[in-house]
Amino acid sequence: MTQNGLFQIALFCAVVLLLVRPMGGYMARLFAGEKVFLSPVLAPVERVLYRAAGIDGKAEQHWLAYAASMLLFNLLGLLITYMVLRFQDVLPLNPQNLPAVPADLAFNTAISFTTNTNWQAYGGETTMSYFSQMVGLAVHNFTSAATGIALALAFIRAFSRASVASLGCFWVDLTRCLLYVLLPLSLVLALVLVWQGMPQNLDPYVTATTVEGAQQTIAQGPVASQVAIKMLGTNGGGFFNANAAHPYENPTPLSNLLQMVAIFVIGAGLTNTFGRMVKDERQGWAIMAAMGVIFLAGVFIAYGAEAGGNPLIQALGVEGGNMEGKEVRFGIVNSALFATITTAASCGAVNAMHSSFMPLGGLVPLLNMQLGEIVVGGVGAGLYGMLLFVVLAVFIAGQMVGRTPEYLGKKIESREVRLTFLALLVLPLAMLGFTALALLWPDALKSLANAGPHGFSEVLYAYTSGAANNGSAFAGLSANTPFYNVTIGIAMLIGRFLMIVPMLGVAGGLAAKKRLPPSAGSFPTHTPLFVGLLIGVVLIVGGLEFMPALALGPVVEHFALAAGQMF
Amino acid sequence: MSITPDTRGRSMLDGAILGRALLDAVIKLDPRSLIRNPVIFVVEVVSVLVTAIFIRDLLAGGAAGFSGQIAAWLWFTVLFANFAEAVAEGRGKAQAASLRKSRSETIAKRIDESGHVEAVPGTRLRAGDVVLVEMGDVIPSDGEVIEGIASVDESAITGESAPVIRESGGDRSAVTGGTRVLSDQIKVRITAAAGSTFLDRMIALVEGAKRQKTPNEIALSILLSGLTLIFVIATVTIQPFALYAGGSVSVVLLAALFITLIPTTIGGLLSAIGIAGMDRLIRFNVLATSGRAVEAAGDVDTLLLDKTGTITLGNRVASEFVAMPGVDLYDLAGAAQLASLRDETPEGRSIVVLAKEKYGIRAHEMGELNARFVPFTAQTRMSGVDHGEVSIRKGAVEAILKLVGTGPVPKEWTEAVERIARAGGTPLGVARNGKLLGVVYLKDVVKGGIRERFAELRAMGIRTVMITGDNPLTAAAIAAEAGVDDFLAEASPENKLALIRKEQGEGRLVAMCGDGTNDAPALAQADVGVAMNTGTQAAREAGNMVDLDSDPTKLIEIVGIGKQMLMTRGSLTTFSIANDVAKYFAIIPAMFAATYPQLGALNIMNLATPESAVLSAIIFNALIIVALIPLALRGVRYRAVGAASLLRRNLAIYGLGGVVLPFAGIKAIDLLVAALGLA
Repeated sequence: MTQNGLFQIALFCAVVLLLVRPMGGYMARLFAGEKVFLSPVLAPVERVLYRAAGIDGKAEQHWLAYAASMLLFNLLGLLITYMVLRFQDVLPLNPQNLPAVPADLAFNTAISFTTNTNWQAYGGETTMSYFSQMVGLAVHNFTSAATGIALALAFIRAFSRASVASLGCFWVDLTRCLLYVLLPLSLVLALVLVWQGMPQNLDPYVTATTVEGAQQTIAQGPVASQVAIKMLGTNGGGFFNANAAHPYENPTPLSNLLQMVAIFVIGAGLTNTFGRMVKDERQGWAIMAAMGVIFLAGVFIAYGAEAGGNPLIQALGVEGGNMEGKEVRFGIVNSALFATITTAASCGAVNAMHSSFMPLGGLVPLLNMQLGEIVVGGVGAGLYGMLLFVVLAVFIAGQMVGRTPEYLGKKIESREVRLTFLALLVLPLAMLGFTALALLWPDALKSLANAGPHGFSEVLYAYTSGAANNGSAFAGLSANTPFYNVTIGIAMLIGRFLMIVPMLGVAGGLAAKKRLPPSAGSFPTHTPLFVGLLIGVVLIVGGLEFMPALALGPVVEHFALAAGQMF
Repeated sequence: MSITPDTRGRSMLDGAILGRALLDAVIKLDPRSLIRNPVIFVVEVVSVLVTAIFIRDLLAGGAAGFSGQIAAWLWFTVLFANFAEAVAEGRGKAQAASLRKSRSETIAKRIDESGHVEAVPGTRLRAGDVVLVEMGDVIPSDGEVIEGIASVDESAITGESAPVIRESGGDRSAVTGGTRVLSDQIKVRITAAAGSTFLDRMIALVEGAKRQKTPNEIALSILLSGLTLIFVIATVTIQPFALYAGGSVSVVLLAALFITLIPTTIGGLLSAIGIAGMDRLIRFNVLATSGRAVEAAGDVDTLLLDKTGTITLGNRVASEFVAMPGVDLYDLAGAAQLASLRDETPEGRSIVVLAKEKYGIRAHEMGELNARFVPFTAQTRMSGVDHGEVSIRKGAVEAILKLVGTGPVPKEWTEAVERIARAGGTPLGVARNGKLLGVVYLKDVVKGGIRERFAELRAMGIRTVMITGDNPLTAAAIAAEAGVDDFLAEASPENKLALIRKEQGEGRLVAMCGDGTNDAPALAQADVGVAMNTGTQAAREAGNMVDLDSDPTKLIEIVGIGKQMLMTRGSLTTFSIANDVAKYFAIIPAMFAATYPQLGALNIMNLATPESAVLSAIIFNALIIVALIPLALRGVRYRAVGAASLLRRNLAIYGLGGVVLPFAGIKAIDLLVAALGLA
């Protein structure tokens, strides 16, 4: 670890923290229906949209209606994308004349983009037409992100409201999020990225002759607009196969910093939106603090492991940390930091090859995802995921103050515990269950590039990334096979929707409850003590069950490496 | 707040109870009853599985020592959990047995419509029957005294040997079946049929026969089941992982890991904690009709306390004489004393005492005065004495003013009356022959230490509201002196009920106690309604707790017991979950010792062998249940401090302690296991 490295980490954290309140305040006002500075321009557009869709902008939905709207919207998006991919050969904007996407890959990809996962079993520039990229995929980058944010708002309302059966209106939340948050931010970020040298055009690929005289095809296209929302919406699906490691997709250290900040900015801001909406910003900061501690622990483990380097290679006389699979323009700290951020949030963009990380460096992204990406997390998903852990932490420890547990004046009872567990069970089931299935499935192991614990990590990472709706790949696993396309597709679906529905159930029940006035006898949830408790519950309840799997993957690899054995 | 433990001296380690509990622990292995406790039921299922493997190993002639020992300790885990519950129940059962004795067959003297008395067995009585109970008789069933007055020995239910007075009319009319009339005779209208009397319900309660899970207990069971499910996934998937790695994990090892991970500690102790909470109330001579009420007590936000008897000593005491201009203070004291000589109320007696102590006026000899005493009536609102030409009256200020006529009221009089009222006292006017002599200051004496109690309650986040029939001025003064947060003056059953509804409307849980029939609606409305045993049958039916000692101050202890029960649950849950960290470190390296010896680096406890590591973890897991039984029964100590410091303290002990302790415990057991050569 170098001073320069530590400074860059501190700089990143400072920028994110400075943005928390402005973002949080903006979204709190926006979703409460108040005027924001963009209202004069966008409010008429919003009204026209509601009128066109026949939606009453003031109507409220019961949680079941909210869930049904959300599911319907996503199902339609899923079907349209599937069709676009299957028929891209006859659809416009296909200058490279790419063929139709095969059924299993289209299934996987449609789910992947609908669920905000952006797992890419394909290489973008060799598989997807411009039309598919823009209409099929980029649209989802907006809508899946907006879905996540809308859901977080619904969950926030569970605590900010009392004795009300409704959670807001999905269509209104979705529209506002797209119009006022995602579109303006993407526009600004895309322009900045273009300034940093990112292409933004609809031209065919360029064929160049290299210095050695070889022919090279240089892919391009509407990159900047894709990348902006890919980061802001924690989507992570790259325009190019190399994702954010590609020089066109992440040209400079500044573009790298901006992209990292873009991954966190909305998720971090939502903690403050939460605090403001429950009328106690400290509650938001407590959640942000718990996220921050887990995040920094991850950053330092990953950075430490990478900076420490590979002892076997160092024994050969090569100085310095582990640079395998990293871009020289980012170096060790920005690769480790990026990897931690992209898996803490459910982004999945990568600027280095996680498979080439040191075992402990690779463990951090895995664990981040296994915890459910509750560290800032996917836009919206991170907040409601963390709030589910809050519900659990309050229930477990809240009784220790001699009262039945309550959070922000809402009693946590059987219903909340049952539904929270339903939501939390989904991740270990999908991650561990499908990994076990793949290990037992004939021929599934042929996709592995490496043997032993490292090969195990490749499979575990794939399902973990899918179920957590992250989308980053460990690399090494050839995932574009019918088996992986289908199983990872299912993992993504249940990791998203089987978690959301019970979560909305928790929210609906809580919103309907009375709010109890706080007293000296109620459990304080804004203190460092609570932050510590929350972290403990996240690690013990959310993380411990993955310990056997981690022990058989990165952990054993780490010890083996120390003993001079590689896989 | 301190909770005085066991006043009736039944030690937890009573030999008879323990013996019975050991037997019950085995009887409770019946899966049909065990299924009520999902976690322990799962342990039993796994025990059966591992036992089957042990038998198979044995028949195959292979090494069966390890699987045998694991199977044995799995069974012990189930037995220890059953034992915990049986011990908790045992204390109640012992009490129920002694109660049953007083329910033995009684012969009732039923009075039929024509007034004839006939002897019928107590069991044949119906609600509405009228019975005669004479000196020495046992009251056959619950009822209401409709005629007469008697002293009753209620020690069978209250444990209190001093007899109590029961009389018709008023708030002391309820009698309980199984108690004995010591003097006089009463006519009782039976209100409960045989089998549903107070005593019957009490027996059922202490036995835990009708025990139902409380809402919070249900939620906790769901949490524990959820955790169990997560660990099913975590352990079942290990086998394919191990196969991929080129090894295989034995089912016994997987079973051991699974059982140590699931929350057996709290699962095993959960029902014991609930039963012990009820039991603690019973030993406090409070009967709760359900565990739900005990839980609600822990959540109470507002306590409604009757002023009289709870906050003040109940009797007002004369503390000052204020003479009018031109009246000698000595003269006033003498007149007041004279007027109070035959006044047997505590207030009257206190006037006599004050005159004697402060002014040395000895009580006059009544005979020589040849006086005629005028008793107090609700109409006149005064009492007094007439002898010869002299007529002295003392009583309510307005009544005395009315008596002396329409003349100008001295400024001093008004001042004195207002000053006394503002200070929370009651002014009593004294007049002689139509002339105002002065005012007696009757002071409400606030109980010693009550202010500190309220400060404690405030620290716990509980608001206290004083209920009094006094006027607002007086009430405010006493409220300030006692340190309550709020008061309800000129209380009536209606505005009491309205106050409870208002508090509840704001989301608060309300506790109150009451005894009269007119308290019944408020008792029923309150989340925790404690009826006094001396109260009416209606009040006892309306509340969800009955205080056998009829001590309204106990409400504060009841809240403490409720909180203690919740705290014990929370602490042991946290402890149980925190334990898992160490267990992973014990078992994971052992499990893959053959496949990946490198994982030995995770064996930070340096356990002797893979077998001893697993065995030690499972032994620790079983023994910790036994070790925590005393804590589960006694309860985590409750302190009247704010939630923040309680949380800090308990999180340090049960959270951090729960992470650290098993490391030490498993290591110690491992040393022993290795030394004995068990594995």
